[in-house]
Amino acid sequence: MINLETPKKHRALIDQAHQVAMNMLRPISRKYDRAEHEYPKELDMLAAMIDGLSESGASEGAGATGVRRDEKEEKAGVKNGANLASVLSVAEMCWGDTGLLLSMPRQGLGNSAIASVANDEQLKRFAGTWASMAITEPSMGSDSAALTTTAVKDGDEYVLNGEKIFVTSGERSDSVVVWASLDKSLGRAAIKSFVVKKGTPGLKVERLEHKLGIRASDTAVITFTDCRVPAENLLGNPEIDVKQGFAGAMATFDNTRPLVAAMAVGCARAALDLTRELLAEAGIEVDYDKPANLQHAAAARFLQLESDWEMGRLLTMQAAWMADNRKPNSLEASMAKAKAGRVGSDVTLSCVELAGSVGYSETELLEKWSRDSKILDIFEGTQQIQQLIIARRVLGLSSAELK
Amino acid sequence: MSSRESRDPIGLAVLALNKLAQSELIDRIGLRKQTERGVFTATRSGFKVAGAASRAFTRGGKVGADGVRVPSANPSGIFDLTPGEDEQMLVDVVKEFATEVVRPAAAEANESCTAPDEVLAASLEIGLPILGVPEKLGGISEERSAMAGTLVAEALAEGDMGLAVAALAPGAVATALSLWGTDEQQTTYLPEFTGDSVPVAALALTEPTVLFDVLSPSTKAVKDGSDLVLNGVKSLVPRGADAELFIVGAQLDGKNVLVLVESGTEGVQVEGDPAMGVRAASLAKVTLTDVRVPASAVLGATDGTTYVECVRLSRLAWCALAIGTGQAVLDYVKTYVNEREAFGEPISHRQAVAFMVADIATELQGMRLLTYRAASRAAQGKDFSREVALARKACTDHGMRIGLDGVQLLGGHGFVKEHPVERWYRDLRAIGLVEGGVLV
Repeated sequence: MINLETPKKHRALIDQAHQVAMNMLRPISRKYDRAEHEYPKELDMLAAMIDGLSESGASEGAGATGVRRDEKEEKAGVKNGANLASVLSVAEMCWGDTGLLLSMPRQGLGNSAIASVANDEQLKRFAGTWASMAITEPSMGSDSAALTTTAVKDGDEYVLNGEKIFVTSGERSDSVVVWASLDKSLGRAAIKSFVVKKGTPGLKVERLEHKLGIRASDTAVITFTDCRVPAENLLGNPEIDVKQGFAGAMATFDNTRPLVAAMAVGCARAALDLTRELLAEAGIEVDYDKPANLQHAAAARFLQLESDWEMGRLLTMQAAWMADNRKPNSLEASMAKAKAGRVGSDVTLSCVELAGSVGYSETELLEKWSRDSKILDIFEGTQQIQQLIIARRVLGLSSAELK
Repeated sequence: MSSRESRDPIGLAVLALNKLAQSELIDRIGLRKQTERGVFTATRSGFKVAGAASRAFTRGGKVGADGVRVPSANPSGIFDLTPGEDEQMLVDVVKEFATEVVRPAAAEANESCTAPDEVLAASLEIGLPILGVPEKLGGISEERSAMAGTLVAEALAEGDMGLAVAALAPGAVATALSLWGTDEQQTTYLPEFTGDSVPVAALALTEPTVLFDVLSPSTKAVKDGSDLVLNGVKSLVPRGADAELFIVGAQLDGKNVLVLVESGTEGVQVEGDPAMGVRAASLAKVTLTDVRVPASAVLGATDGTTYVECVRLSRLAWCALAIGTGQAVLDYVKTYVNEREAFGEPISHRQAVAFMVADIATELQGMRLLTYRAASRAAQGKDFSREVALARKACTDHGMRIGLDGVQLLGGHGFVKEHPVERWYRDLRAIGLVEGGVLV
């Protein structure tokens, strides 16, 4: 039966996440926006609490590792599982603060990557680590075929060499999932991911970036110089399967894109909630029955923003629901990311405009959210990359045909 | 003409020339090929005729007593995008009908502003008008059918929006009677809808006013003894000329109400109101001049609550139509851009083209989810005012964008009637401005 309401079983979790966002993240939101690169020590206690929740099962499997698709036999029928719980709780946390959510210990995108592609032994071995994700290079972003970091097998180790940028939580994490090529002549199929522990000789955090938004989150440049990694730290299958190509590494993205979409949904909702209140104080309230053009222009605009936002939210829930029910969701994950990403920017920027100088000033968080939201339309695949993926899927075109 | 324009001497000369060009003299001496015929009233405005002679509805039932109601749908609380089994079966049937019967008839129906009899007859066979009528009263609805109605409207509009509106118009009235009718109203009218000869009927809410606010209709109902006297004009009423029964939106004692008006009632006049699109629905303007109906003809509550619920359910149906037509656009341009070649390769190989298709697909799915959410809330008896407003906004803006890009992607070929995208462009402009006509 079609029903798009938030599942009953997840409501307690979401309420909890909301309380955390409101009482823990919001009060320190501006502090760490200003104190860029300072470690938000408040998060340690929070992370411990989240670990506790997840051990007790109260978290419904939500979190960075909630994206794993178990192959275990499951009971029949429609499921609302860890993927949906994860996007819903991530959205709540980002309603609090996106930068802080990204800084949550042991909840890194690297953890999602491990959960997505690790075998059972690896999953066990890397449990409890805080893993950041290192893909981008100084001269390579969306075009992963241009990746230059190499991994050369030497005995029972791989030797990594290369430079990675834009590593979220790159300084604070205790391991890094690195994308490197086993053989550049074989293209994307040879790209594998490796878990590299901090402290491994040859791994060096070079510097931290100064950014437009999500300033609470550290973004690092990391170099690998003859960095030796145990062979069993290669995630997934070490064979180079030219036929399967890039699918292995890319599978991570089907799982993490809905999470990033959820971040945009949460961040944008923060802006909508506050703007609704500010407009009401100014005497403007949205009437859902009256035609938009017969209302104040600000109300009509708000209605459009809320409508677009809700589209992004439902597309995100759809992608997560499909993952929970083991339906291939690459198309829907990209739709969610594309829509939520652009809506995140439109909503947060429009809310600043609607609130005028109050929105632009640092006294409110509106201006901050409109800076934070921008990255969500960029990382884990830019808007344009999502459009490419969607178009290829919808039109049935290969990457050689639609470049 | 805008009143800010004025004619100078050359303008006046041109005007005279234009009058001459329009005169029948030229036609009589054969200077112009005669192409226009005064055939269907539906293709022109300006010819007012009396409303269709309505059948004698057999009065029965208890005045003022509650009618039969179906319970709300009660899903398990699980987030789910899978239609129920019955819903899926229904959708499969309607989809086939839309593909095999509706789409092939669409172009001609658009030209003639008339839905072909065979299409309408087939729509009755499928049971469209009784989808929202309780099983107890001869219909097929066991619980609130807003979701099923939404899926059906979507599937039909994938064939053609105009024909979908024509086919769904009687069902809108039957569903409204099922939702809000008294025992008397249901006993009097519903047997006709569940019988062999289903009457044409229409829900008339729109008025020909700029910045029309459906929540303050200028059509007024005034009490006169045990009667109500109605005055006002309703526009864009589907199949208005053939309709035997109208549900008219009006203001009574400062509150908005729905009033049942049989077309044969004195003072009901109908004229064609052809529009930019949705033409197969034979849109008409209905003028009510001192139309007298019994006070018991009010459908539902007199405090405005039924009226506003009706408005919302009607908007929901239009959202469903937008999704169906949007899907038609997407499927059509997908094939076209993959086949059409320029500069030595299919135009779909260019990002400028491919990204437009990607956006159509993304926004369309977003519109669909918003609409489904509103529909499932309506079916569950939950407040859906916010959800339907958001869906309507999305379907209005993004739906029109889809229509616009559909034509653009075909270039000049999109502008000519050889391809259906220009029709979908015209149809999609209806979303967000038409009130009434359809309802789920």
